[in-house]
Amino acid sequence: MSSYKIAVLGDKDSVLGFKALGLDVFPAETVDEAKRVLHELAKENYAVIYLTEQYAANMQAEVDRYKDELTPAIILIPGKDGSLGIGMANVKSAVERAVGADIL
Amino acid sequence: MPAINVNPTRQELTRLKTRLRTSIRGHKLLKDKRDELMKQFMDVVRENRALRQKVEEALMRAHGSFTVASAVMSSEMLEQSLLYPKQSVELDMTFQNIMSVNVPIYHFKTKSEETGEIYPYGFATTSGELDDAVDALSGVFQDMLRLAEIEKTSQLLAEEIEKTRRRVNALEYVKIPQMEEAIKYISMKLDENERSSTIRLMKVKDMLLKEAIEEKREADARAVEAFGGHLDPDAI
Repeated sequence: MSSYKIAVLGDKDSVLGFKALGLDVFPAETVDEAKRVLHELAKENYAVIYLTEQYAANMQAEVDRYKDELTPAIILIPGKDGSLGIGMANVKSAVERAVGADIL
Repeated sequence: MPAINVNPTRQELTRLKTRLRTSIRGHKLLKDKRDELMKQFMDVVRENRALRQKVEEALMRAHGSFTVASAVMSSEMLEQSLLYPKQSVELDMTFQNIMSVNVPIYHFKTKSEETGEIYPYGFATTSGELDDAVDALSGVFQDMLRLAEIEKTSQLLAEEIEKTRRRVNALEYVKIPQMEEAIKYISMKLDENERSSTIRLMKVKDMLLKEAIEEKREADARAVEAFGGHLDPDAI
């Protein structure tokens, strides 16, 4: 049993509130910055990284890279501008990958 | 000719038959594994969908409260109030083994247990909307962690199922038919060889017999001539 950290990555307004909960918050201004931070976080011992969908939409390749790894778990959350449905689409794509067709 | 190149020998045949037995056994086991994984996966995915919906809704509400709070307060004030959190979260991760897939289980520890401790600011200078927002976030956090756990589980399971499915299909539709074909080819070839050697033996025997009969006939003819008689060749 070892100790891990939780990170929240996204635009400043969306992630600020998580600071109050004691999570590590990493505001990123641009998608490129978000990509860079994401890779850095993955190298450190962050077990869970919450990423806003607004950024995830433009960094699909980076997110997919960590999909089959045990850590980190990159979990998409809606940003302040609302949900883009990417999180749900990912659940769907996992089903398609496993079953070969969307059966739900 | 079979798709794979084999020597039609008895040794090869035995080897192939053993391999076929192993393959069929492996195929059955992998198929069972796939079915069980699928069963687990469907449960996980259902929960994942429900949980994600719940978390997304709750987060949107929290974001709404935050927007209101940032409208009431200046952004500098808002940032200042949240700058130094009282609370800190540590995560312990253990693993659970689902059909040889390691999936994470998170246990999180907060530094202080009191729920009132989540507000990292004094109430004098901040608005009540901010309290609502922080409250909403802390309410959804437990679910967010569960979501992380279950979403990672579903991703890992999906990967394993995909791999297992490929293996099952490769065995079922490629490997096993190929081996069966090779076995059939070898046994046909061996049977053919056996038949041809039987025929050869029969032929040789016929030739030997014919020679013996010929000799006998000549000997008889000589004997008859010696007695001065005449032998009708068709009479024997």
